[in-house]
Amino acid sequence: MRWLFQKDLLILRRSRLLVGILIVYPIAIALLIGLAISRSPGKPKVAIVDETPPGQTIAVGSEHVLVSRYAEQLFSQVQPVSVPAREQAIADIESGRVLAAVVIPRDIAALVSSGVSQGSVEVLYNGNALEQSLVRSQLNSALAQANLGFSEQLQRAAAQAIGVLLQGGNLGILGGPPNMVGLDQIPAELRALIARQPHGADRSTLERIEAFASFAAQNLGLSRSVLSTVGQPIRVKSTLIQGRRTPLNTFAVVVAVSVSLMFVCVLLAAGGVALEREEHVLARLARGLVTREGLLAQKLLLAACAAFALALAMLAGIGAFVSLDASRVGQWLVALAFGALAFAALGVAIGALAREVRAASLLAFLLSLPLAFLALVPSGSVARGLYDAIGVISFAFPFKAALQALDAAVNGASPGLGVSVAHLLGLTALFGALARVGLRRLD
Amino acid sequence: MSSPAPLISVKGLTKRFGQREALRDVGFDVRSGELVAIVGPNGAGKTTLLSILAGVLQASAGTVSGSGSGRAAGWAPQQPAVYLKLSVFENLRLFARLERLADPQAAVERMLDQTGLRARAHERVERLSGGNRQRLNVALGLIADPPVLALDEPTSALDPGQRERVWEFVGALARAGTAVLFSTHHLGEVRRHASRAIVLADGELLFDGAPAQLVAAAGGEGDFESAFVAFLKARGH
Repeated sequence: MRWLFQKDLLILRRSRLLVGILIVYPIAIALLIGLAISRSPGKPKVAIVDETPPGQTIAVGSEHVLVSRYAEQLFSQVQPVSVPAREQAIADIESGRVLAAVVIPRDIAALVSSGVSQGSVEVLYNGNALEQSLVRSQLNSALAQANLGFSEQLQRAAAQAIGVLLQGGNLGILGGPPNMVGLDQIPAELRALIARQPHGADRSTLERIEAFASFAAQNLGLSRSVLSTVGQPIRVKSTLIQGRRTPLNTFAVVVAVSVSLMFVCVLLAAGGVALEREEHVLARLARGLVTREGLLAQKLLLAACAAFALALAMLAGIGAFVSLDASRVGQWLVALAFGALAFAALGVAIGALAREVRAASLLAFLLSLPLAFLALVPSGSVARGLYDAIGVISFAFPFKAALQALDAAVNGASPGLGVSVAHLLGLTALFGALARVGLRRLD
Repeated sequence: MSSPAPLISVKGLTKRFGQREALRDVGFDVRSGELVAIVGPNGAGKTTLLSILAGVLQASAGTVSGSGSGRAAGWAPQQPAVYLKLSVFENLRLFARLERLADPQAAVERMLDQTGLRARAHERVERLSGGNRQRLNVALGLIADPPVLALDEPTSALDPGQRERVWEFVGALARAGTAVLFSTHHLGEVRRHASRAIVLADGELLFDGAPAQLVAAAGGEGDFESAFVAFLKARGH
C-alpha cells in the first residue's frame, strides 16, 4: 500500500492545476457560504422625504413630541438619503441611487394628535420580484423599529402628562396654573374638609366627590403603568435547550471548514478510484497485487489525510481572525478525522460506481453541493413533509453529521461529539461497502 | 520421448455472463516456448479466455491449472494498463515493487533493455507513442519474469513498423522459453509468427493446431485469411 500512496502523491504533484482547483475551489465556496451566513444584510439605502414643517410637534395632553423624532428613528434603521421632494425620490429609485423612499406627509402630526386616526407614511420602491421582496422585508423591519421607538417617545410624553395630573405642584408647563393640586392629593384634602362638615346634604355631596377622586387617582395611576406595556406588550426571553449558545460567526467557520473538507475528500477519493479504472490498471492491480479492499482503503486514507490537513490548516488560519476556543483542539481533530473518513468513503463509492474520472468528479459535485445546502435548511423554513425528506437525505450522507461533529467540537453545540462520530462511522462503513460492490467488476 | 509438462492446462472451461455463454467447454494445453494465437470473430470469447488464464476473471465451470496459470501468468490487456502521469521507469518500478520482487531495480533494468525503452525511461507515458505504450504494457506483464504471457490484441492500434518491433520482442521471449498466448485480428501475423492457432467462435473452440493445418483444413487454397474465413463459414459462422 505504501507504493500506491507514493504513486498517488507523485501523480498529484504532477497534476498541479487539478490540485490547485481542488484546494482553491472548496475554500472559495466555503468562504462564500461562511460570509453569507455570518454577515447580516447591510442597512438599505433609503431616500427620506420629510414634508412636515420644521419644528412641528404632536400634542399628547400637555406634552409635545417633535415629528422630526420619527424621521430620526427611521434614519437610525436605514442608510438615509434626505431628498426634498417625492419626485426627486422617485427619480433616485429609478436611477438605482436608493433602494426605496419613505415619504413622511405634511399632515402626519395632525392625524396622530387627533387621537382618532393613525398617521401614515408612504413607501416607494421598484425592481424585480426578488428586489421587491428584499425591499419590503427590509423596510418593514426598519419601519417597525422606527414605529416602536417613536411610540416609546409618545408613551413617555403621555406618562408625563398623567404624572402632572396626579402629582400637581409647580410644573413649569406653559399655560399650567401655579402650585396646582394633583389628583393624588385631592382625596386627602377632601377628607379633611368632610371631617369639619356637619352631617347633611353638603357633607354627602363632598363624600361622593371624594370617592370619585380616589377612584380616578387610582385608575389614572394604573393607566401610567399600562402605557409602558402597550408599546411592547410582550418581551422575549430566550432559552437554549441543549448545548452552548453558538455565535453566528463561529458557526460560519464550522460550515466553511466542513464544506472544504467535503469537497477535497469526495473529489480526491472519487477521482483516485476512477483513475485506476480509467487507466485500465485496476484489473492489473486486482490480479493479486493489491486486494480491492486494500485499494479502497488506500484511496480513502489518502483523501482523508489530505482533506484533514487542509481543513485543520483552514481552521487554524481562520482561528487567527475569529475567536475559537483553543482548548478544544483535541475535539477538533476527532471531528475532522471522522468527518474526513466518512466523506472519503462517499468519494470512493462514487469513484467505484462512476468508472471514469470526469463522470466521478461531476457526480461528486452534483451530489456534494445540494447536500451541503440541504443540511443547512432550518426546521420550520419549509413544509413539514419536505423537511422530513431533507432530514432523511441529510442523515444518509455525511455532511450534516460532519457539520454537527465539528460544531460540537468547536462550539460545544448539541448533539454531542460522540453521537456525531458514531453516525459518521456508520456512514463510513456503509459507503465503504457500497464502494466494494462497485469494484466487483474490473473493466 | 514425452513432451514437457504443460504450463497451462485448460479443461471444460465455461464462462457465463448472466444468460450469455461467453465460453463453452473449452480445453487445451500450452507448453514452454509456444507462441499460441487465439483468433476468432468479434465476441468469440478471446478476451474472456485470456482474462481467465491470467486470473483476472473467474471461470463459471471447468479448470485452469499448471505452473503458468492465474497469478503466475504475465498479462497485457488490450488497452495499455499504465499510469500516464508516471514515467516508463516509475511504472516499471511501481509494479516491480507491488510484485514484491527480490530485486525490483534489477527487474526494471532488465525490462528497459528487453523492451528497448531505455532511452525513454524517464519520459512520462502520456508523451509516448501508442507503440511505446504497448511495449511498456507488455513489459509490465513480464516484470515478474512469468513462464506464460497472455497478450490481448497487442498490435491492434499500432502501425506496421511498431507491430514489427513488438513481434521481434515477443518472438525473442518465446525463443527464450516463455509461452506466449495472444489474441489478434491481424491474421497475417498468425501465419508469420504463431506456432499454433486456436480458433474460437461464439465461445466454442473450433480448431487447435498449426496455422498451416488450418489452411489445409479449409481446402488448402489461398492465404491464411481466406482459409480462416472459409473454415468459419463451413462451420456456420
